[in-house]
Amino acid sequence: MTIGGFRVPLFASLVIWAILWEIAGRSGASFVIPPLSGIFARIVEIVPTPTFLAALAITAKTFAIGNAIAILVGIPIGVAMGRSELADRILLPWVNMFISAPLSALVPVIMVLFGLGETTIILTVVLFAIWIIVLDTRAGVRSIPPSLVEMARSFGASRLQAFSKIYIWAALPEILSGIRLGMIRAVKGVVIGQLLVSIVGFGRLFELYSSRFLMEHFWALLFVIFAFAFTLNEALAWLERRVEYYAASRT
Amino acid sequence: MTARASHHADAAAAAVEVRGVSKIYDGGVEALNDIGLDFPEGQLTTLLGPSGCGKTTLLKIIAGLIAPTSGSVKVAGRKVTGPGPERAFVFQDFALMPWANVMRNVGFGLELRGVAKAERERVAQKYIAEVGLKGFEEAYPHALSGGMRQRVGLARALAVNAKVLLMDEPFSAVDEQTRRKFQEDLLRLVAQERKTFIFVTHSIEEAVYVSDRIVLLSKRPSRVSEIIVPAIDRGGDPEQIRRSQAYLDTVEAIWQGLKRYIE
Repeated sequence: MTIGGFRVPLFASLVIWAILWEIAGRSGASFVIPPLSGIFARIVEIVPTPTFLAALAITAKTFAIGNAIAILVGIPIGVAMGRSELADRILLPWVNMFISAPLSALVPVIMVLFGLGETTIILTVVLFAIWIIVLDTRAGVRSIPPSLVEMARSFGASRLQAFSKIYIWAALPEILSGIRLGMIRAVKGVVIGQLLVSIVGFGRLFELYSSRFLMEHFWALLFVIFAFAFTLNEALAWLERRVEYYAASRT
Repeated sequence: MTARASHHADAAAAAVEVRGVSKIYDGGVEALNDIGLDFPEGQLTTLLGPSGCGKTTLLKIIAGLIAPTSGSVKVAGRKVTGPGPERAFVFQDFALMPWANVMRNVGFGLELRGVAKAERERVAQKYIAEVGLKGFEEAYPHALSGGMRQRVGLARALAVNAKVLLMDEPFSAVDEQTRRKFQEDLLRLVAQERKTFIFVTHSIEEAVYVSDRIVLLSKRPSRVSEIIVPAIDRGGDPEQIRRSQAYLDTVEAIWQGLKRYIE
């Protein structure tokens, strides 16, 4: 974009919004909106504290385990659905239902079954992430050229070999985009899970800050989570672009 | 001129025997109707017929990729129930793995059999050189031309050292000049490898040029309409063969035979 002959960098709008926020914050219009400078100062202050690091550790742990489960379970299910008409008939309605359902409503059910702990948060992450991984893997496997499958069979591939040497790799572009979208959903899962459980990790901190009206702390926490989700997305998108030639060279 | 043989009177032992094979696809399309054929060992037999006649279906039944509705196929005396190591397939669209380089693609059949990496790369190396791709071991399929990709597909089929090579219109997706070169290479390969080749094509000229025997299939549901043994001396140079009277007469005879299937 150019204004009056000057090239305006893309992040310029962010600067304008930041300035507006700062003005609104300093004017004391609402206690919910503290000055932006205060929030950033608070980020620097609370990030190194043991409470925050402990919350970060538990979040990272539940996020990683939940994603690992979603990937390790989701990919084989997706491959099975892509290869077998029967598996597809049985599972597709459920997958379609869960992918559009308001999953937050199910978290209390998980809580009742598995208690107020890490297990519930991990399962919430799985619940949020797995469906898009299943659907994208299924789509990827369905787009594998039939001759590649016949090739593997004719050279004597076992089912396991066909899975590990052909299906996974041939469907890799779709699987990776499923994992990326799954991880973005998993960020929602890990936050919502913690908020609802609210006695561990960031959930406890959110609860603590909001009940004591510590708005700078509250926003600081949100910013950290937003930055994490954004960075994760960019990193995965970069990885996806690196394997893009696959899709282009598949005919 | 052209010798015509009934398929019961073959001197060479049959490497592949097809007995009473019929195929009716789900939905009622009848592709093959009671096919009985012997494929003599060490020869190149071509399945030729009008498009959609079920040539490829027959080839895939021999490969064990499709089950016949009735009838049976024997390879080296043993009944076919699925793919087996004594048969290798060359695909019309090459069927290469785009994520693997030439070396891994060529060695893939051996990889599936659990052959150690050093050994399968040694074998792959040999056949890569054999098909004229020396120096392209590390190249990926997307960087190769159509003709080069099919050479990779051919090397992969040769590397597993199968007795029977099944080729499904292998040269139809490459350009004309490359195809002619391929046909010449194929003749050399048949002479030197002593394998049984079963070749599917829709090109009469190609069939006459490369085949020891040509099986003419009728329109769907296909039956064996005629078996032709082109009496062509392949000793001379390729251009001589394509201009020889025997070659031209055989092409013409087959065309007369096939013409009635084309509206």
